[in-house]
Amino acid sequence: KEKEKEKEKMCSGGTLSILRSDSYADLSQYRDQHFRGTRYEQERLLRKSCTLYVGNLSFYTTEEQIHELFGKSGDVKKIIMGLDKVKKTACGFCFVEYYARGDAENAMRYINGTRLDDRIIRTDWDAGFKEGRQYGRGRSGGQVRDEYRQDYDAGRGGYGKTVQCQ
Amino acid sequence: RSARYVGAGQPHKRRRTSEPSEIEERLESLICRVGEKSTSSLESNLEGLAGVLEADLPNYKSKILRILCTVARLLPEKLTVYTTLVGLLNARNYNFGGEFVEAMIRQLKECLKVNMYNEAVYLVRFLSDLVNCHVIAAPSMVAMFENFVSVTQEEDVPQVRCDWYMFAFLSSLPWVGKELYEKKDAEMDRLLSQTESYLKRRQKIHVPMLQVWTADKPHPQEEYLDCLWSQIQKLKKDRWQERHILRPYLAFDSILCEALQHNLPPFTSPPHTEDSVYPMPRVIFRMFDYTDDPEGPVMPGSHSVERFVIEENLHCIIKSHWKERKTCAAQLLSYPGNNKIPLNYHIVEVIFAELFQLPSPPHIEVMYTTLLIELCKLQPGSLPQVLAQATEMLYMRLDTMNTTCIDRFINWFSHHLSNFQFRWSWEDWSDCLTQDLEKPKPKFVREVLEKCMRLSYHQRIIDIVPASFSVLSPANPVCIYKYGDESNRSLPGYTVALCLTIAIKNKASNDEIFSILKDVPNPNQDDDDDEGFTFNPLKIEVFVQTLLHLAAKSFSHSFSALAKFHEVFKTLAESDEGKLHVLRVVYEVWKNHPQMIAVLVDKMIRTQIVDCAAVANWIFSSELAHDFTRFYIWEILHSTIRKMNKHVLKIHKELEETKARLARQHKRRDSDDDDDDDDRSSDREDGPLEEQIERLQEKVESAQSEQKNLFLVIFQRFIMLLTEHLVRCETGGIDVFTPWYKSCIERLQQIFLQHHQIIQQYMVTLENLLFTAELDHHILAVFQQFCALQA
Repeated sequence: KEKEKEKEKMCSGGTLSILRSDSYADLSQYRDQHFRGTRYEQERLLRKSCTLYVGNLSFYTTEEQIHELFGKSGDVKKIIMGLDKVKKTACGFCFVEYYARGDAENAMRYINGTRLDDRIIRTDWDAGFKEGRQYGRGRSGGQVRDEYRQDYDAGRGGYGKTVQCQ
Repeated sequence: RSARYVGAGQPHKRRRTSEPSEIEERLESLICRVGEKSTSSLESNLEGLAGVLEADLPNYKSKILRILCTVARLLPEKLTVYTTLVGLLNARNYNFGGEFVEAMIRQLKECLKVNMYNEAVYLVRFLSDLVNCHVIAAPSMVAMFENFVSVTQEEDVPQVRCDWYMFAFLSSLPWVGKELYEKKDAEMDRLLSQTESYLKRRQKIHVPMLQVWTADKPHPQEEYLDCLWSQIQKLKKDRWQERHILRPYLAFDSILCEALQHNLPPFTSPPHTEDSVYPMPRVIFRMFDYTDDPEGPVMPGSHSVERFVIEENLHCIIKSHWKERKTCAAQLLSYPGNNKIPLNYHIVEVIFAELFQLPSPPHIEVMYTTLLIELCKLQPGSLPQVLAQATEMLYMRLDTMNTTCIDRFINWFSHHLSNFQFRWSWEDWSDCLTQDLEKPKPKFVREVLEKCMRLSYHQRIIDIVPASFSVLSPANPVCIYKYGDESNRSLPGYTVALCLTIAIKNKASNDEIFSILKDVPNPNQDDDDDEGFTFNPLKIEVFVQTLLHLAAKSFSHSFSALAKFHEVFKTLAESDEGKLHVLRVVYEVWKNHPQMIAVLVDKMIRTQIVDCAAVANWIFSSELAHDFTRFYIWEILHSTIRKMNKHVLKIHKELEETKARLARQHKRRDSDDDDDDDDRSSDREDGPLEEQIERLQEKVESAQSEQKNLFLVIFQRFIMLLTEHLVRCETGGIDVFTPWYKSCIERLQQIFLQHHQIIQQYMVTLENLLFTAELDHHILAVFQQFCALQA
C-alpha cells in the first residue's frame, strides 16, 4: 500500500500542472440556473458527479443506442431520457449515470463531440438527476434551444417552435 | 535575467517582488514548453532558457531540479531537448550538473522500488544521452550498463527481471551507442556478446500468446527483445551511425565539450523481492513496410534503428497526451522528419499496435477510435486513405488474427463507421459471402453489422449494405414471446401466462403474482414441497416470459420490471437450477437482441437474482452452444468476471477503511478522554468496530472464495469442452484446427490474459487441480504460455 501511494505521487506529474492537462474532463462554463443550492455546493457536486448531461440528440435516438455508445467508456448505471413536458416524448437530451466517476471522465474525453445517429453530441457534467429534471424547459414543452432556433433540423422536430407558429 | 522578468509586462506595472509561486509556475511553463513551435530556433530558445534558469539557481535550485527530473521521466519524446538543456546548465554550473545526476539516480531507484519500470527506462535513456552532452563520463555509463547486464547472471529470479535490465541497456544504444563504443569498444563488445548469449538462452514460450496473428507472413511478429537486438546489431554493423534522432546538443558542441563531466555513482540494481512486478513481455506489431506507400518517402525497415526510435517516440507522445485528443493528434502529426518518413503510416501502425496489444491496450479502447477521428480531421486529404488501406489489410488477414484482436477490430471499425454515416465499400468484401459463415471473414462482417445496428437501428443496416450481404445482416432485435399467439394455447402454462399478463397490467403486487403462480404444475415429479417454491422450471418460464414481454419496450421498462418483481425473481431463482433456468428463459425471449440479454444479465447480477457462477455455467451450457463463438457471449462473460473482481475490491476497501477507523479510535482513546465525545458517539452508532471488522473479514473471505470458484468453473468448463473436441477429432481422424477450435482455445487464452493479476493468485490450485500433466498438450500449452509470462 505504501508503494501504491508513492507510485501515485510519481504518476501524477508532481506539481507540473501543464503535464496534467485534462481539459475535456474539466467543468464547463455552464451552470444549471435551476439548481437549488449555492454555487459552491453545485460545483462540489459537479466535481464528484458520475452523471453526464447529453445534448443535441435526435428525437429518435433510443436508450439502446445511448447505452451502446456510452458503454464504451465503462459500465452505465442508468439512462434517463429527456422528455417533452407536454407530449412526454423524447425531446433530444438525456442523462447518463455511471457507477464510477473515472468512466464518466472517459466519456467526456472520448465520446463528447463525436457522433451518435449522425449528430455531434455534447456531454457535460451534471450535479445529479432529480425528479423533474427530465423535462424540457422550453415554453412549448421541449428544450429551450428548440424554441427559438431558426434552422430546419429534421431530427429535432423540424423548425424551431417560434418559427413553426408563424 | 531571471524568471520574474520573463513576460512580466510593462515595466511600470512591474511589482518589486513577484510571488514565489508565480515564479515557480513560470519556471514550469518555460521548461515544459521549450521545444514547442516558436518564432525562434530551438537552439536559441534553449540558450535563452539556460540563461534564465542559471540566474534562478540561487533561489529556486531544488524546484528546477525537480521540474527537470519530472520532464525527464514524463516527456521522453523530448529527451534530447532536455538533455541539451541540462548539458548547457552543467557547462555553466558544474555543481548543479552533479546535483542533477544525483537526483536522477535517486529518482531511478525510486521508480524501480515502486515497479514503475516503463518510466525507469526513460530515465536510463536520459542518463545515457547525458553522455552525449558531456554531463556524464562515458566510462561510468558503461559501468552502469555492465551492472545491468550482470543481472542476467542472477539465479532464481524471474526472466522478466533480467529482460527489463537488458531492455534498458539495449534501448539506450540508439542514442549513445556511438559515443560509448568510441570510448570503450572492448567493454561494449563484451556487453554485446553477453547480451547475445542471454537472448539465445532465454525462453520464449510466452510468445504465441501475445502475437496478433498466428502467421509469419507478410510481417513476422517478433518478440520485442529479439527485434531490438536485430536493430542494434544492424546499428553496430552501420558503425553506430544513427541519423534520425534530433540532437540539439550538436549545435552546442564547442560549449559542451569544455564542460567537466560527472561520474555516475556505482549502481547496484535493487534486488528482486516478492512485491516486484516487472513489465510483461511484448510482441512487436508490424503491418506496414516500404511497399505499402510506393509514392511517398521510404518506410525504414523493420530491423532499422530508425524504426525503433520512431515507434518509441510516437508511443511516448500518446502516453503523454492520451487525455487530450486534439493535442495528441497534433503532436503526432508534427513529429519531426515528416517529409523523410511516411509519418501517417507510422502513426496508424503505432495506434493499431496499441489497440491490438495483448494482454491489454495501454489505454481505454475508445480513446484510439476518437484519436483516429481527430487525425482524420487534421489530415483529411491523406489519413483517411491510409486508414482505409489498413482496414483492408486487417480484413485480408483475419484468418490468422487472434480472436481477442478481432473483437477490438470489430469494436473499432463499427464505432468508426458510425461517425462517417456507415460509408464503406462493402462489395470489396464480397469474397466472404461464399465462405462458411463460421469462417473469420464472414463472421467479422456479421459482428460488425450487429455492432453497427446497436449504434443505429435495424433498417439502417439493411440499407447500407448491398442486397447480397443480407445473409450477414443482423436479426431484427424483436422479442419472442412463446405464449403470444392463440395457436400456442395448448402450451402448458398458457392460461397462467394470460392471467399474469392481466394482473401485471393491473399493477399486481408480488404477493398476487405468487398466488397466481401457485397454480402452475411442476414438471419435476419429485417435488413434494407444499409451498411450491422449489425449482419449478415451468413457473420460471411463464413468469419470466410474460414479464419480459410486457416490459420489452425499452431497457428502462425491463429494469423497472426486474425491480418491481424482485421478490418473485429471488424466490423462483433461489436454487442454482433456478438461476440457470431464468437465464435460459431470458435467452429464449431475447435471442434476437443480444444487447438486451447483456443488460438484463448485468442487472440480474447486480440485484442478486443470479450469481456470477450461474452466468458462467449458462454460457457453457448446451443451449448456448450455437451462440458460443458470438462476440456478445464473451462480452457478457468478461463483464461478469469484472463485476466479481470489482465486488471483491469494494469489500476489501471497506474492510481497510473500517480498520483505519478503528486505529483512529484507539488513538483518540489513548489521548485526552474529555475531547471528541461526538466522534465516539458516532462510532457507537455504527456498532463496535471490532465486530464490524470481523463481519467484513468474513465477507471478504466469502467474496474471494466466490471469485476463485468462478474462475475454476470457467476453466473447468473450457477443459471439458476442448477435450471433447480433441477426442472427437482424434477418433474421427479429422483436423483439430477448425474455426470453432481456434476461437475456443483463444477465448481460453483471453481469460488468462484479461484477468492475469487475479489468476496469478490461483497458480498452485490450477496446476494441481486442473492443468495437470494428464491434460491434452494443446490445452496445457495455453497454461504453460501463461505461466511463462511472468516467469
